[in-house]
Amino acid sequence: MAMGEMFAHKHIIGTQQLSKDDIELILKTAESFKEINQREIKKVPTLRGKTIVNLFYENSTRTRTSFELAGKRMSADTINISASSSSVTKGETLEDTAKNIEAMDADVIIMRHSCSGAPDYLAQRLTTCSVINAGDGFHEHPSQALLDLMTIKEHKGKIDGLTVAIIGDIARSRVARSDLYALKTMGATVRLAGPATMIPPGLEELGAEVYTDINEAIKDVDVVMMLRIQLEREGGNKLMPTLREYAQFFALNTENMKLAKPDAIVMHPGPLNRGVEISSYVADGEQNVILEQVENGVAVRMALLYLLAGGSEEK
Amino acid sequence: MKILIKNGRVIDPSQDLDANMDLLIEHGCIAKLAENIDPNGIEDVIDADGLVVTPGLVDIHVHLRDPGQEYKEDILTGTKAAAAGGFTSVACMPNTVPVNDNKAITGYIINKARYEGSANVFPICSITKGQKGESLVEMGDLKLAGCVGFSDDGLNVECGDVLRRAMEYANAFGMPIIAHAEDEAIKSGGVMNEGRVATELGLLGNPWVAEASTIARDLMLAELTGARLHVCHISTRRSLELIRNAKERGVKVTCEVTPHHFTLTEEAVRGYNVNAKMGPPLRSADDVAAMKEGLADGTIDAIATDHAPHHIDDKNVEFNVAANGLIGLETSLPLTLRLVEEKILSINEAISCLSDKAAKALNIPRGTLKIGEPGDVAIIDPEYEWTVDVTASYSKARNTPFDDWEMKGAAMMTLRDGRITFERD
Amino acid sequence: MNLVETVILDDKAIGRAITRVAHEILEKNSGCENLVLIGIRTGGDHIAKIIHQRILAIEGTAVPQGAIDITMYRDDISSGVVRPLGKTDIPFAINDCHVILVDEVLYTGRTIRAAMDALMDLGRPRSIQLAVLIDRGHRELPIRADYVGRNVPSARDEQIEVLFDENKIPLEVCLMKPKQ
Repeated sequence: MAMGEMFAHKHIIGTQQLSKDDIELILKTAESFKEINQREIKKVPTLRGKTIVNLFYENSTRTRTSFELAGKRMSADTINISASSSSVTKGETLEDTAKNIEAMDADVIIMRHSCSGAPDYLAQRLTTCSVINAGDGFHEHPSQALLDLMTIKEHKGKIDGLTVAIIGDIARSRVARSDLYALKTMGATVRLAGPATMIPPGLEELGAEVYTDINEAIKDVDVVMMLRIQLEREGGNKLMPTLREYAQFFALNTENMKLAKPDAIVMHPGPLNRGVEISSYVADGEQNVILEQVENGVAVRMALLYLLAGGSEEK
Repeated sequence: MKILIKNGRVIDPSQDLDANMDLLIEHGCIAKLAENIDPNGIEDVIDADGLVVTPGLVDIHVHLRDPGQEYKEDILTGTKAAAAGGFTSVACMPNTVPVNDNKAITGYIINKARYEGSANVFPICSITKGQKGESLVEMGDLKLAGCVGFSDDGLNVECGDVLRRAMEYANAFGMPIIAHAEDEAIKSGGVMNEGRVATELGLLGNPWVAEASTIARDLMLAELTGARLHVCHISTRRSLELIRNAKERGVKVTCEVTPHHFTLTEEAVRGYNVNAKMGPPLRSADDVAAMKEGLADGTIDAIATDHAPHHIDDKNVEFNVAANGLIGLETSLPLTLRLVEEKILSINEAISCLSDKAAKALNIPRGTLKIGEPGDVAIIDPEYEWTVDVTASYSKARNTPFDDWEMKGAAMMTLRDGRITFERD
Repeated sequence: MNLVETVILDDKAIGRAITRVAHEILEKNSGCENLVLIGIRTGGDHIAKIIHQRILAIEGTAVPQGAIDITMYRDDISSGVVRPLGKTDIPFAINDCHVILVDEVLYTGRTIRAAMDALMDLGRPRSIQLAVLIDRGHRELPIRADYVGRNVPSARDEQIEVLFDENKIPLEVCLMKPKQ
């Protein structure tokens, strides 16, 4: 009997808490699940009888669908609760909502929330249920970073020693933070770039190289990751004069893409604002791996669900 | 009715006193300070051997939530917590519901405290009606009603002209303006100190400049008008430097720091600790060092708690929406005594920040053991070791980041007007 | 637990057993048309590789050979320690094939049940036959092997282990008894 590998986490709140071994185990597990997703019958009985609740306080078609598919392909019962249709709008507290869900014997709660720290808050108050952070405020979005790592590894064969540029509104990006921590843990060099108004203090202390000139940031990198500009975010007008100007100075296009290594890949967590942070020529170009990210997203989320809910008692 | 406190080390910075003496209280007032007062014929003799006898402590910045938010705190529980912390006088902020901007509420607070409270309560009234930052309250009338100063605490008076006129007007009545200095626009929705920790936690930052720039404006307005300005809860090095510089120029300014701002850094917020959420936010280690420097060199006049009781429902929510503040009356003295242990302040200076200098900042006629003054006394054991258990607090609220902290030093007995308001078991 | 170890098959005996099993497979299926070998990870896949080599030597045909990981199909998944997942690697269609499922030790039959479910999710084989190196009895499900290298009657508190060298060639089969 092979010894069970230890995955010491009950919750997945952020990549900041994940060790190199944790990340390697997650990616290795995800590879196994990726094979399932390429079959004709995309279903295994692994999580039969498990209940997974997608608790989304913020709209997200992509992440929610990806988690839902992940659960369903593993035969778990998945339920979606979104803020608009749940008791959240009736003013129930987060704690009460979560405890109600737990009382219905859910095994995993996948949570998206606009407040940083909300999944952490939930995890501290639940007794049996696991929590996966599907994006909290400007804090973390660990499953996104893990699928990014999986995609990078598939293309580059490794992560250690690579240079990755992440460009956009770093201050308000949970993706940037999760990617920064995970990439640093795996030995990559991470450059963060964007308008100075979108660069928060302290990034160097967290191990990033910081740029306000996208051309410098892209130069000789292996991976260019563009972040979605949140057009709807409040105060956006203070952070940049116009979208036109943003596109002029901070968008990825065929010209500045030439500064990256010739075999560099282009990534984007989606959904794309074509013509704002990324030109369609690049988004649809040969170097883009954006849809592979989406595909790997399902596999990575299956891996996370398996590692949290799919264990067995080691005799 | 006489009370004799024997054998204590009497420390009264208001009269430069630090000596082993006996203290006699008669008819509720300080009657005699001398060595070996004869206890014969005195019914209440308290042995204070090994203890420190000080003026009843004065906290010039508390929120009692009464009237309007009695589910958080009221005058009874708030002043009971004060007494337990060695305080005999507190100045309460006007952000009650409704706002204390009129003499009816001021009178209500004073009377309730006088007849039911365990400490003297000196109300601070708002600068502007409803704390809306627009029109001035009836400052003269409120002075007659017993108010000791004016503040829109919790809110900055955004319009510089309103604040200027408030200073001019209050000054003519000899009343201080108490500034909560925080530029809302620069704060820009920030919920903790701007910096690495905020970046890591993904929380919007409130930079030091939101506070310091407003203090700069307020100091210059005080300089222009000649008014008495008291700056609440300073928290940044720049704030301290600005005030030090203004004092050197002769500006009539005083300021306070809270125990949490000289004890905790922004690191306390990690884990989204809502009890470490406060306004102004906990700052960097360098700012904490600056607060200690300011206390040591006397730039900072007073230590005040900003005692801000909240119901658990106001705190047990997502960090972004959690209420600001912590309860501080019962932990203020031991946290201040840590500064003595760290040799930042002498015990006399520490007591001074909690008594006469605090009282003087708002012209409160307390914080002294001079003969004839009210018999407000704290008997302190600076060596008393205890562990904070928030569930045992006299406050209605439970919001403190100091729960389970090992403390040294506490009030063993507190007397107001010669009557015992608190006695430690 | 202290164990007493007995070698019940050495490398030569294992080799002879596998050779016989290869012959039986070919005999029963009248050759190797539509035959595929799928080993259960980990262990069965190594045995499958040897059978593949024997068939190649006997018939001159390289039958398709794959590996299947059944962890996702286990019936004892709950909470607690997580088992590492292996990769299922079957780079050919199994529809209408005669699948020879290969495992090292047949015991309760639960692994075989999981492997059959896993195979069914991959396609519709014409038949599934089971080849094992060791059958130690104690079945908990109605499953039997079509090809057995060696029957080893055993007690439940005993363990049977197949040891492989660094090239995944079986070295010996050990029976481990608890020390009395």
